[in-house]
Amino acid sequence: MTELSQIRNFSIVAHIDHGKSTLADRLIEACGALESREMTSQILDSMDIERERGITIKAQTVRLRYRAKDGKDYVFNLMDTPGHVDFAYEVSRCLAACEGSLLVVDASQGVEAQTLANVYQAIEANHEIVPVLNKIDLPAADPERVKAQIEEVIGLDASDAVEISAKTGLGIPDVLEALVTRLPPPKHGDRDAPLKALLIDSWYDAYLGVVVLFRIIDGVMKKGMKVRFMSNKSNYLVERVGVFNPKRTIVDELGPGEVGFLTAAIKQVADTNVGDTITDDRNPIAEPLPGFKPSVPVVFCGLFPVDAADFNVLRESLAKLRLNDASFHFETESSAALGFGFRCGFLGLLHLEIIQERLEREFNLDLITTAPSVVYKVYMTDGTMQELHNPADMPDVMKIDRIEEPWIKAQILVPDEHLGSILKLCEDRRGRQIELTYHGSRAMVTYRLPLNEVVFDFYDRLKSVSRGYASFDYQMDGHEIGDLVKMSIMVNAEPVDALAMIVHKSRAEMRGRQLCERLKELIPRQLFKIAIQAAIGARVIARETISAMRKDVLAKCYGGDISRKRKLLDKQKEGKKRMRNVGNVEIPQEAFIAALKMNDD
Amino acid sequence: MPSGNSSTAASADGGFGIYVHWPFCRSKCPYCDFNSHVRDAVDDDRFTRGLLAEIDHYAALTPGREVGSIFFGGGTPSLMPPVTAEAVIGRIARHWRLKPDVEITLEANPNSAEAERFAGFAAAGVNRISLGVQALNDRDLKFLGRRHSVAEALAAVELARRAVGRISFDLIYARPGQSEADWAAELDQAIGLAGEHLSLYTLTIEAGTPFAQAVRRGEFAPLDPDAAAALYELTQERTLAAGLEAYEISNHARPGAASRHNLVYWRYGDYVGIGAGAHGRLKDDQGVKRATRNWRKPESWLDRVEQAGHGVEETELVDRGGRVAEALIMGLRLAEGVDAARFRAETGSDLKDALDHQAVARLARAGLVVYDERGLTASAAGRLVLDGVLREIVAQD
Repeated sequence: MTELSQIRNFSIVAHIDHGKSTLADRLIEACGALESREMTSQILDSMDIERERGITIKAQTVRLRYRAKDGKDYVFNLMDTPGHVDFAYEVSRCLAACEGSLLVVDASQGVEAQTLANVYQAIEANHEIVPVLNKIDLPAADPERVKAQIEEVIGLDASDAVEISAKTGLGIPDVLEALVTRLPPPKHGDRDAPLKALLIDSWYDAYLGVVVLFRIIDGVMKKGMKVRFMSNKSNYLVERVGVFNPKRTIVDELGPGEVGFLTAAIKQVADTNVGDTITDDRNPIAEPLPGFKPSVPVVFCGLFPVDAADFNVLRESLAKLRLNDASFHFETESSAALGFGFRCGFLGLLHLEIIQERLEREFNLDLITTAPSVVYKVYMTDGTMQELHNPADMPDVMKIDRIEEPWIKAQILVPDEHLGSILKLCEDRRGRQIELTYHGSRAMVTYRLPLNEVVFDFYDRLKSVSRGYASFDYQMDGHEIGDLVKMSIMVNAEPVDALAMIVHKSRAEMRGRQLCERLKELIPRQLFKIAIQAAIGARVIARETISAMRKDVLAKCYGGDISRKRKLLDKQKEGKKRMRNVGNVEIPQEAFIAALKMNDD
Repeated sequence: MPSGNSSTAASADGGFGIYVHWPFCRSKCPYCDFNSHVRDAVDDDRFTRGLLAEIDHYAALTPGREVGSIFFGGGTPSLMPPVTAEAVIGRIARHWRLKPDVEITLEANPNSAEAERFAGFAAAGVNRISLGVQALNDRDLKFLGRRHSVAEALAAVELARRAVGRISFDLIYARPGQSEADWAAELDQAIGLAGEHLSLYTLTIEAGTPFAQAVRRGEFAPLDPDAAAALYELTQERTLAAGLEAYEISNHARPGAASRHNLVYWRYGDYVGIGAGAHGRLKDDQGVKRATRNWRKPESWLDRVEQAGHGVEETELVDRGGRVAEALIMGLRLAEGVDAARFRAETGSDLKDALDHQAVARLARAGLVVYDERGLTASAAGRLVLDGVLREIVAQD
């Protein structure tokens, strides 16, 4: 149990690559929490993908002891938050568990869009914020310019920014002192009041079962007590209470202001909800903490095994991933073109990519991913509303009154010279400009955009038209009526369900043409002429023809060649099994994969 | 079923022939992936004894068969001494009964040195010569790596005709950059020179050949398939008009003058493969086909023959599915198509059980195949895309 005044709970806000994890490592090291031989680089990011992509998916925490210049011992709880907009809600709960943030900005690169989105969240959480300029040792570092930028763009006083190099350790003692002197301790907290704790995150551990990370507001958490999760009214007997320092360490109890974990024979992560309030089952509080939201997927796609025989492996793999990530959803889906697979829902595009990558990497699966779709609200003429997240489920247009689509508010920071192409991209994608401001040689544009235009390769385009210099972040921003239609792709007059998509009418023709042209390149010529069409209802909006193959025969074939020829035929017939047959046309898997990628406009 | 212009009337089975491989060449042609080897010196006597020993071996396995054809292929069998041909033919005649009209073919290069020996081969019993002319202009002959000139080739054709009467020659077309006009003129000249038989192949870039490397390095690009198809169609029209209709995808003959030996392959008959790298197909009493494959390297083959009496490296039992596939792969190359009765005799299966009938119906509607109780035939258009047709119609096991 630690005095409130000697506790500092904080998180680190940064853009990818600006040095968040390195700084965290230095702080851990400086507080002597680990022997240097135990230091692996970036301790907090434990999963491969997290380490490789520099993205934290799960919130993590480290408890550190620090003897300050005032001679007192302090307890720091460093919260590492997920670093991406897809996990904005998870981030907000993490921030709610802290009183302050370190804002880390690369002293040469300056503020990026992601920095902005994250720092605004910290400001919203009423955090005290200490700006930290990292990589100050690099020749390109320009602390004065970046300080000015922080003040101008974020509106934060940066005159006292701590200048450091997380890499060399320069300035780390100043950061530690700033944590003590400039961040506030937890505001209140009554040890004798009934237990009130915030569920920050949870994950599955092979040995411990579900591990729940929490922050106590009031009361005490200890082994043997029965706790209640208020959102689903479930209750559990606490088996272990502990902290990460950063090794898992069991403690007797935790009190107000403290951050730690509990285990309690909870079977699956889905039984715990981020943002939930944990209380004493025998002596519960009346009102839960504000701000709880169940997680809702916003992007959907179909995942199909390339080899149909992998369906069950895919099912098991998805179930395993869901054990640890309750925010993604899946249900079986069957497609005439792609066979059996799953319709999956994600918090965002990055979340989708992460799951897809983990399936391919950790479970060794080859997957076909259909075009991502957003969730449309379809209002019917009979007054009912249904949520549509699979183009295949589009109701009869005669029965539809209107369709609403989700919009986002996007911040884009881009060097001046690329501003024009970024504006064009946003306009092309039906965007509406909200704001355009200049900060030195960079512009910050705020746009409202339909999410369905963003899930469709927007990020790739943004990077390519700005040569990688634009940074981008967004928040969900309500629904709006849109003139949306279902576009089907037909091969020899037979619709290919896996390629159907919901598009805005104004964009349908372009998309249809693009997809038909792409398919023409990807489908090999066959014995018959192949017609590829894009259509809205019965109206064809684009068409391509693949002419029949004229010559496909071995000129010379005598006695010796028969075995070779037979083996070749066997191989080709084996290859046919991996093709999808639509309208008597054999479409190679690669054609689906490539057509669904659509990386170039 | 359209009538083929083959020399033999449809018999109950595919016939029986003997293939003899002479694996040596003066130089390797850049398009060729046949089993050929260049050697400074060849011990003709030892190789001849090897061939004879292997003939003895196979004769014991195929008693009572009647030989319709003997074929000396290569390599370059015209490099073989005529006495070798004589010994081989003699040994075959000692073991098996030869049909009265037995066809004995020798492949030959049309250069003057080899042409001088045509009379010797004729005296040894060879009654048909097939010449690798390949092109009728010197520039393309050079591109194809041939060592003869057009003038030499024309002289050799004449000598062969005088020596054995029945001759054929090969041309390779759809060469890089070849226009329809160029090929039409060359083809007309070839038709004028031809006797009863012509083999006209579109150039195929075979894996592992110098041409494959050259294409990979970008030294030349093969003619695109559409242009090659146009040349193929032009070829069919002109040969048909000249009475040399295609009886197989690349082979043309006057009525009754088809290569009897190659018909054995295409009708999926039995054949013995003698010599280095030769293949054979022999069915046993149970109707099971055995595929034999000899050691490819001439010296390895010779060592084996001298030790074991045969140079077989591998014998494979061709299962039902394999026999069915092979009979279709070969038979549909012929204008006469696959005869249902002969198919039954050579594969032990009914043709109707071997086909994916949905695919057959689809292809028939598109005019690519004709199917009835007598058999299955690919149309001229169907033969041009035969590999695609086969992928569709051979039923999955």
